[in-house]
Amino acid sequence: METDFPLYLIPLLPLAGAAINLLVGKRISRGGVAAIACTSVAMAAVLGWKAAWLLFQSEPSAILTARFFDGDWIHATESHGIGSLHIQAGLLLDRLSAVMVLVITTVGFLIHLYSTAYMEEDKNFNRYFGYLNLFTGAMLILVLGDSLPVTFVGWEGVGLCSYLLIGFWFDKEANAYAGRKAFIVNRVGDFGFLLGMFLIFSATSTLSYRDLASQQSVVALHHVWFAKASIATVAGLLLFVGATGKSAQLPLYVWLPDAMAGPTPVSALIHAATMVTAGVYMIARLHFLFEIDPFVLAVIASVGALTALFAATIGITQKPIKKILAYSTVSQLGFMFIGVGTKAYDAGVFHLVTHAFFKAGLFLGAGSIMHALSGEEDVTKMGGLRAKMPITRWTFLVYCLAIAGIFPFAGFFSKDAILAGAWSFDVAEMPEWPHWLGHAIYFVGLSAAFMTAFYMFRAYFLVFHGEFRGDHHTWDHAHESPPAMTLPLVVLAIGSAALGFLGMPEAFHKDWNLFEQWLVPANFAPMVGEEHASTEWALMAVATVVAGAGIFLAYRLYYRGISPTAVAIKDALPRLYKVVFNKYWVDEIYDSSVVRPLRSLAFVLWKGVDALFIDLILVRGSAFVVDLVGRGVRYLQSGDVQRYMAAVLLGTAAIIAVSANWVACTGAPFDVEQHGADVTVRAHGMPSGPAARPLEFSFDFGDGTPPVKQSTPTVRHHYDVHGRRRLTVNVLDPRWDIRSSDSRTVVIP
Amino acid sequence: MIPVDHYLLVAGLLFAIGVVGVLLRRNALIVLMSIELMLNAANLTLLAFGRARGDSNFQALAFLVVAVAAAEAAVGLAIVVGIFRNRHTTNLDELTLMKH
Repeated sequence: METDFPLYLIPLLPLAGAAINLLVGKRISRGGVAAIACTSVAMAAVLGWKAAWLLFQSEPSAILTARFFDGDWIHATESHGIGSLHIQAGLLLDRLSAVMVLVITTVGFLIHLYSTAYMEEDKNFNRYFGYLNLFTGAMLILVLGDSLPVTFVGWEGVGLCSYLLIGFWFDKEANAYAGRKAFIVNRVGDFGFLLGMFLIFSATSTLSYRDLASQQSVVALHHVWFAKASIATVAGLLLFVGATGKSAQLPLYVWLPDAMAGPTPVSALIHAATMVTAGVYMIARLHFLFEIDPFVLAVIASVGALTALFAATIGITQKPIKKILAYSTVSQLGFMFIGVGTKAYDAGVFHLVTHAFFKAGLFLGAGSIMHALSGEEDVTKMGGLRAKMPITRWTFLVYCLAIAGIFPFAGFFSKDAILAGAWSFDVAEMPEWPHWLGHAIYFVGLSAAFMTAFYMFRAYFLVFHGEFRGDHHTWDHAHESPPAMTLPLVVLAIGSAALGFLGMPEAFHKDWNLFEQWLVPANFAPMVGEEHASTEWALMAVATVVAGAGIFLAYRLYYRGISPTAVAIKDALPRLYKVVFNKYWVDEIYDSSVVRPLRSLAFVLWKGVDALFIDLILVRGSAFVVDLVGRGVRYLQSGDVQRYMAAVLLGTAAIIAVSANWVACTGAPFDVEQHGADVTVRAHGMPSGPAARPLEFSFDFGDGTPPVKQSTPTVRHHYDVHGRRRLTVNVLDPRWDIRSSDSRTVVIP
Repeated sequence: MIPVDHYLLVAGLLFAIGVVGVLLRRNALIVLMSIELMLNAANLTLLAFGRARGDSNFQALAFLVVAVAAAEAAVGLAIVVGIFRNRHTTNLDELTLMKH
């Protein structure tokens, strides 16, 4: 579809807002800063909806394209047998990226709005909104990029903003540390992303999504080998490493819980709704690549399932509400990877959308609670807040029902679609994986879903029910948040409640899965081996029962505060509780196995190489030598101009001696080779170098024959006489009319 | 015709006398005159080669050297006069302000 729709404005508007707020925001009033930030995102949202409407009116394969500028952005000529590289700064909006754009701009706008109240008293108001806008722009570039490098720009951009916003209150060391941790862990993943990109290019000579999706590229990816696997396998795994970094999967998830050091709306926008889903988006975008080798898909689905379960167990024991939500996010991202890993791409992306709503809502709700309790985070010190904060409480309940997967809230449909996809995951093409892999992933996901319901309602009951467990000052001060905060909560709650109906399972009605109809025909091959309606009904029933069981357990244990039963369970399993409460000591393991050795190495490099070798020996050593030499040679400076001139003379003479051609001035030495009466004369000192010029030689053999004149230095002569003869060589430099000669006696037998 | 090496010999002698004068004489005026001697040795060489090769460009170059020598003499003398006014001497051994 060719239109001149200004697609480039969608990322540029928030970027312009970021530029204004970061450069001149200090001179604008707080209201002005907030207005610029919110308006730029709102305008991007309007454009995004307009563009999506254009797609909606066209056939499913319709796309919108745009470029930031004409001509190549990156250009490299062909070398080493690898094709030439032409990358344009191009944008591509198809139905998949349209979904992402709508989520980013809509949820992003709500969070901007919420932030205007939440960050009201922060002295770096403009910096906060500048970063938030910068993030929105980078995220939009990520999803709109029409090639891997453009996406990578956004990928790195959101990583940078994540770092800046986690460490937003950098005057506290722990926050700055959390920012660094997020950045460095993400570098590990980004390195994998880059290597994957290079490998793909080496096989296909292109990085644009549309070219990569062509049959020709897929065949090349499949059949070009790297080491003992096809490029598709290696590049797919490397790209997945990138996804595990950005989307916080095992084993690179460790940065996300620490990222909660940032302001709560940031956690909602970046570390729940948008940035952390970039890995899921990337896999959906490049699904044709990951499908080439089913092994890669199985790895993705397994890692997703393990992460979902692993993070959910940690979530059960955490006390700070944001940590619970952080581990919940890691776990839910695992669900999304189960979806894209079992080829249920639409389910994975659908869960991404619904999760963006209910998890952003949960974080904003948590922010509202902390706002009311002067920053208190520990759920064991809350309780009974339903009386003080009705809007927060009801919306929070909706989000909890949505994430737990209770009909008819959004999470029910998306999680069910993922679990159904896992159940029917076809492993027939993968002889090396057990045939029950899909079912195993299903059961792991189901247990994670049970724990999700349990820990979310544990948090809900501890916060809003029972008696308040903090001090009474905090209780007296607790209040409902202002409208700028509650309005986004309500809108997100409506989304969390209603969005699920966009993706109704086929079991209800075969035409009701609007989300699948929007995405699948254009972007993905339709799933083969759909389950029978009866199986779908059974899976939904099981999922609902499991979620209900989780909620019921949480109700029994935490409805009236922490029940004695809960304490008893904890005390009955002290070791297990300790391991889980300490997050399996993963951070400590990384600390001792990676961080400390690297720090020691860095210390050695600092003290040994930098301080000792470079600074002391090289830098100060060379200064010392120069100083010493200077102290010595200063006595040569007599101030006597005549000595200087003598030095100039000697120097000039030396230069001439080295470079001049002495052949014409110092005589004409030569060699004689004699065999009886035959002699060969070879003159030396052939001039060479810049002053070289042809000489004229004259050979006089001293036997009465006329001298031989020639311009080459070698001559042969046969003597017809005997006895001693005087052999003379004359050399003439015709240019300067300089002659020289040499002679010697030869004895002719 | 006198061969070119005879001229070169004379020029070399002149140049050597000039060098010795520059390096050994203490009077700045004599040093300046010795420099003139060296310049004229160079001029003689130019003219000798110019004659040997029948090329008038060498003579033009010699005139250029004469002009440079005149300018050098003017500036050099002015400096010597200036120094004499300040320091009441033209003895180079006493003019060692630039030492360490």
